[in-house]
Amino acid sequence: MPDARSDIFARIREALKVKAPRPHLKGEPVAGKTSAAAKPWLPDGGESAEASLAILAEQLAKLKAMLIRVPDHASAAKAVAELAAAKNWKKVAYHGHPLLRPVAAALPCEAWEADASFEKQRLEGCDAGLTTCESIVAQLGAILVSSASSGGRALSILPHAHVVVAEAAQVVPDLGSALALAKARHGDQMPSMLSFITGPSRTGDIERILVLGAHGPKELYLVLVG
Amino acid sequence: MSDSKAIFLKDAAVNAADGDQRAFIRKALGGYYVNRDLQKARYRDWERARDAASLAKWSAVNDLAAVLEQFVANFERNGGVVHWARDAAEARDIILKIAADNQAKAIVKSKCMTSEEIHLNDALEKAGYGVVESDLGEFIQQLRGEAPYHFVFPCMHVKREAISELFTKHLGTAPTDSPEELTMIARRHLRQLYVDADIGITGANFLVAETGQISITENEGNARLTAALPRIHVALSGIEKVVRHLDDLSVLLPMLATAGAGQPMTCYNTLYSGPRKEGECDGPEQFHLVLLDNSRTRLLADPEQRDALHCIRCGACLNVCPIFKNIGGLAYGTTYQGPIGSVITPHLRGLKQWNHLSGASSLCGACTDACPVRIDLHHHLLHNRRNAAKEAPTLFDRVFHHGFNFVIKRPWLFAAGGRIFRATLPLLQKLPLPYMGAWMKTRDLPEAPARSFRDQWKNPDA
Repeated sequence: MPDARSDIFARIREALKVKAPRPHLKGEPVAGKTSAAAKPWLPDGGESAEASLAILAEQLAKLKAMLIRVPDHASAAKAVAELAAAKNWKKVAYHGHPLLRPVAAALPCEAWEADASFEKQRLEGCDAGLTTCESIVAQLGAILVSSASSGGRALSILPHAHVVVAEAAQVVPDLGSALALAKARHGDQMPSMLSFITGPSRTGDIERILVLGAHGPKELYLVLVG
Repeated sequence: MSDSKAIFLKDAAVNAADGDQRAFIRKALGGYYVNRDLQKARYRDWERARDAASLAKWSAVNDLAAVLEQFVANFERNGGVVHWARDAAEARDIILKIAADNQAKAIVKSKCMTSEEIHLNDALEKAGYGVVESDLGEFIQQLRGEAPYHFVFPCMHVKREAISELFTKHLGTAPTDSPEELTMIARRHLRQLYVDADIGITGANFLVAETGQISITENEGNARLTAALPRIHVALSGIEKVVRHLDDLSVLLPMLATAGAGQPMTCYNTLYSGPRKEGECDGPEQFHLVLLDNSRTRLLADPEQRDALHCIRCGACLNVCPIFKNIGGLAYGTTYQGPIGSVITPHLRGLKQWNHLSGASSLCGACTDACPVRIDLHHHLLHNRRNAAKEAPTLFDRVFHHGFNFVIKRPWLFAAGGRIFRATLPLLQKLPLPYMGAWMKTRDLPEAPARSFRDQWKNPDA
């Protein structure tokens, strides 16, 4: 008996001997350029950096994610410290990134570099996770984190709050640009996880009523420098 | 009549008469309609965006062998292990073997309809593994011992009081009528289970051929946790989920969220390209992907209905379907409910037993209009009816359709029949008509007009 793989491929080749008509589409699509073709039809991500930032702020507000804009990295550290004090965080886990170490050092509570000595039980006990990100999608209010930029897979999902520190230059207009950027940056060495985070974790499973903080963070903060 | 048809007719009749439950479902969907329209309004051209989404899926499905091969080569290069399953039994065996080989004990799952399709939980539980569904809706359905009601909103039919009672019974928590409090009970209960589980099982929404990544769409963060904390990640996916390019997701991910849940994007859209890489601090040591056929190639072989494989399982067609809203999801008795389920189930499980679902439609076309990848759903229901009549015509098909065919070709016979019918209608109205079955239960025969339509057409002034 042939193995399952060859069997399935044989069935597919047999099935595709009869062609199916192409769906209606005005204009020829270019291979791998779906986003370029669809750009004028999708939600607007802004044509200028300024326009993109305005759209981003609007989207994040609708998603109940908090945007904190600061002029420089020193103010970013101050803003995160104030946040930790206001929320009475006791333990904050952070990704060991040069931009985040000064922020962590300014925290008024225990700070732990989670990716240096990863321990899932300890991470579960943290009030917040502090990470950087790959890029931010204005069009959708989505923040792209990766196992490379955000201290692995769990740091941005397990603690009860997630704080992202990023630079305004990391904002891209749309999802297509963010995917293209990730491909250009990592090539065929993609981080094992890339995740678009669009607002705090949520569910509507009970009577379709929105509740924030289903399994992931209840609170999401984006501290944007510049 | 097939068993599945008998059960369907019985459940549908009961549910359609339950006004309270129907009102509850309509109310639950009310917020979805508002949010969906708000999000659709942000698209500068939703209809053209549907063309692009449809084309992205068409392009992959119609070159499935090559695109799958490319995907698998890249997936393996990233360090993942691919397993092939011709049917449900093979898929279950593969996953059982992975669990046994790794001496697993506890398994945590995130929402995966394909695992419902192969009845994975039963098999794992029988083999002695503890399996917990982590999606809130699926968790509730697992405690209820009931299949999902809707493949995106699994427990949308359950009232908060019932969920509170369920949690009190199984988890020993105090009763509450707050959805937020109920959600937090599940959150607290499941947290430690992620940490302790050996295996995390997820589905996949898209398989990206160009990069070898799998894409998972969710809102709660349970899939993220399921793929982060256990030492083994097993993903289960149908072979049709493949797309050619990473860039295709720039259209598919937002449209999936908008059509399915009225969101710009769901909270988490995550691409996984392997187990933990060197230099990464966490993530699973092994990453397995089970690719399932289970009659998908049978649907592929039908060029007329091949586009049903474009389905991205957003659930939009269920949310707008008058039949779904009236009879509810459980009456279908299928893994995939609503219009898409009625179209594909006869292909996946046999036309003879499941053709009755082709009649579970008013042919209003709301499903076809709602589909973000332009599957011609309501016409496919007609195609299934036609195919069923060709494959195994019932007595009614043979007698009625041949009789009708004979009469309609002979105008004199048709006119004579009409005269006889008009003359005897007052008599028929007085007779019990048991042979008309369910139709007459809720309807009366109309009054007979004095003249036929043909006569009135010819002599409008007479």
